Amino acid sequence: MFEIGLAHYLSVAAVLFALGIFGIFLNRKNVIVILMSVELMLLAVNINLVAFSTHMNDLVGQVFALFVLTVAAAEAAIGLAILVVYFRNRGSIAVEDINVMKG
Amino acid sequence: MIVQALAFYMFAFIAVAAGVMVISARNPVHSVLFLILAFFNSAGLFVLMGAEFLAMILIIVYVGAVAVLFMFVVMMLDINFAELRQGFLHYLPIGGMIGLVLLAEILVIVGGWIMAPEAAKTAMAPAPDALTNTRALGELIYTHYIFLFQAAGVVLLIAMIGAIVLTHRRRKGLRKQKIADQVRRRPEDTVEVRNVETGKGI
Repeated sequence: MFEIGLAHYLSVAAVLFALGIFGIFLNRKNVIVILMSVELMLLAVNINLVAFSTHMNDLVGQVFALFVLTVAAAEAAIGLAILVVYFRNRGSIAVEDINVMKG
Repeated sequence: MIVQALAFYMFAFIAVAAGVMVISARNPVHSVLFLILAFFNSAGLFVLMGAEFLAMILIIVYVGAVAVLFMFVVMMLDINFAELRQGFLHYLPIGGMIGLVLLAEILVIVGGWIMAPEAAKTAMAPAPDALTNTRALGELIYTHYIFLFQAAGVVLLIAMIGAIVLTHRRRKGLRKQKIADQVRRRPEDTVEVRNVETGKGI
């Protein structure tokens, strides 16, 4: 109970990851909250990477977490830019309206 | 040891609670604020694990850049969020079920999994004891992972260019300075010398 090990951190990461998935289902219409849920999932992945890295005393996991962080930041920037352009064209951000590209 | 355990439970509980609020808050501005709280507490978990550099990077990148970006977009766009929340309860059962199943599966794996005894010896870059986390990470990134580090920089550059190109809007009727036209202009084209007689106008 009071001995905090690897499994504790992995459990927190698992809960955060499931919350991210849950958020995507729950806010199916709101792209902004979907993007935030994706950020939560990436955070859970980072917690996993860092937990394994410190538990196994291997720094490469932290390097990898750094790259995941980079990609997450780029993804948020691009996603929000697309969102702004979409809102400018259509006047709404409802996911259901995004069916112009369907074949 | 007990202080560490208490700190862990505090950070973990607040992070999870903030995560719940992110996906369930009525107002997206509150969602962003709870996202910031979740990131802060995850940074606390990172410090607890001994990854100080990543904890600081998490705060700088996420709270300083990504969350502010989200906040800008949420506040800039005039969106009817009440309309977007319709169907919230409609998706609650299936979403909750899938989330719970996933969580149960992951927890079963986490609970029933043991590490191979020789796994600890296969570390690619064992953390040196004498150095701080930041310094050890820097020595690793700038030597063995320099090309990946540069590639990460390229990814960020491309993301920046992409975001600018996407959101840049060319407005019509904007008067701009045209250097070529200014340079091409000759005195003969514009200045006319006239001989004006005394006492008369033109």
